[in-house]
Amino acid sequence: MTLLTLLAGTLAALLVATAAGLILRRTVTSERGRATVVNMNLRIATWWVLCGLTAAALLAGRAAVCLLFAIVSSLALREFITLTPTHRRDHRALFWSFFVWSPLQYWLVWSRYVELALILVPVCAVVLIPARIAIAGQRERLFQRSAAIFVGLMLCTYALSHIPLLLTLELSGAPGGSAALLFYFLLVVQASDVLQWIWGKLAGRTPAVPRISPNKTWEGYAGGVLSAVALGTLLHRATPFSAASAALISTLITLLGVAGGLMMSAIKRSRGAKDSGAILVGHGGILDRIDSLCLSAPVFFHVVKWLYAA
Amino acid sequence: MSAHVHPCAGLLAAGARWLAGTRVRWVEAPSGDQPRVYFANHSSHLDFVVLWAALPPAIRQRTSPVACQEYWKSSALRRYVSTRVFRSVLIPRSHEATLGGRGALTPLLAELDRGRSLVLFPEGTRGTGLDIGPFKAGLYQICRQRPRTEAVPVYLDNLHRVLPKGEFIPVPLVSTVTFGKPLQIEPDEDHRHFLDRARRALRDLKRR
Repeated sequence: MTLLTLLAGTLAALLVATAAGLILRRTVTSERGRATVVNMNLRIATWWVLCGLTAAALLAGRAAVCLLFAIVSSLALREFITLTPTHRRDHRALFWSFFVWSPLQYWLVWSRYVELALILVPVCAVVLIPARIAIAGQRERLFQRSAAIFVGLMLCTYALSHIPLLLTLELSGAPGGSAALLFYFLLVVQASDVLQWIWGKLAGRTPAVPRISPNKTWEGYAGGVLSAVALGTLLHRATPFSAASAALISTLITLLGVAGGLMMSAIKRSRGAKDSGAILVGHGGILDRIDSLCLSAPVFFHVVKWLYAA
Repeated sequence: MSAHVHPCAGLLAAGARWLAGTRVRWVEAPSGDQPRVYFANHSSHLDFVVLWAALPPAIRQRTSPVACQEYWKSSALRRYVSTRVFRSVLIPRSHEATLGGRGALTPLLAELDRGRSLVLFPEGTRGTGLDIGPFKAGLYQICRQRPRTEAVPVYLDNLHRVLPKGEFIPVPLVSTVTFGKPLQIEPDEDHRHFLDRARRALRDLKRR
């Protein structure tokens, strides 16, 4: 099973979803149901764009993938910092985050300086962000201000950059190579989000964390995670994993995806926002789409690196 | 009056709007083509460009900013940008503050009479963006002289973080432009009451 097989499968799934959306638009009559279907169709339309961009980048090669994720990181960081109160004197530290740290991280990934890419933000930026704020000379709440910018950089840039970093791995016994593995990872984690949404709409009853994410239910979580794990197991031939390890790894990354979603919801709620933006029609902001990748991407990268890289 | 837009103005507007990730909201959709005075909070050099870029193209090409003559005539580049690119109406700062400087408003009234709209920052200068400062009397004077003119409050959110006063490199955050419900002056309204009402209308948009 190669990258092209996975892409063809995704194309088929999108066609089925689009057809289902058109049928539902004609058959659903209740007002609440109609609103759900309209939102669902907007989400599907956005998925076409997201899948198309990802597929095009993967087919074009590593530089295109790095560029795509560098753009996604910048847009996510922009939403994150917009949600976070910063001081006027943080301007230069923010400038560094957008125009130095984030591009430098992706340049390191693209140049295969893996070791440097793994320490740039957690070792260098963690000191240099408060240092730049200190030079600006406003000491009030300095710790909170640097922490907010640092966390934004960790989640939006550092964590996400582990996805293109997968392409630097030399895998033993992977028929589809690292590009197929990258797509496999995105497919399982994002399918888990979509399936959680579907299970939640169909069978959701018991709110899981009503104060953070009122629409998330235990039924949605369980159904979504289990069906995504089934998908990940079925597709194990695209990866170097055996069926059993694919099931284990899929369980790990989908559960970490749930944790990432909860973390981002909590951050957004604490700032009084439901969505982080409006750039992805039907979904909200970029942050709402990448939240499940923030924690699962680094863990997936290291699991693959330790166990399967040559 | 020609509705020609300088090519640089379009470019700058598109660039600023992209950089500042602008989202535009209208409390009341724009209607008709009578001249209006858009008044907004002021915290950044990007304020006018972003507001101007947020207007529908047909209204945009008939809208000029009101700017401070002392600042925008102080160098050749500033003069070119303000007068040629954005067709600003420049008025002397010393008059902005006072009720007496009616002569200074003549070019503004002439512009309205020609059918063009104005963008005005009634605080008179850029603030920190945390609060809206007291309004100068110019807005009242214009509405008093042309009582049928609609004054539209426009709240610019987050631009003080994109490009604060004193900085020259912008940081690409998401900003919002909110156009509020137009106000009109009452026949016997005094300047304090009207300016207070206008400032409150702008503040209310902040909370939305």
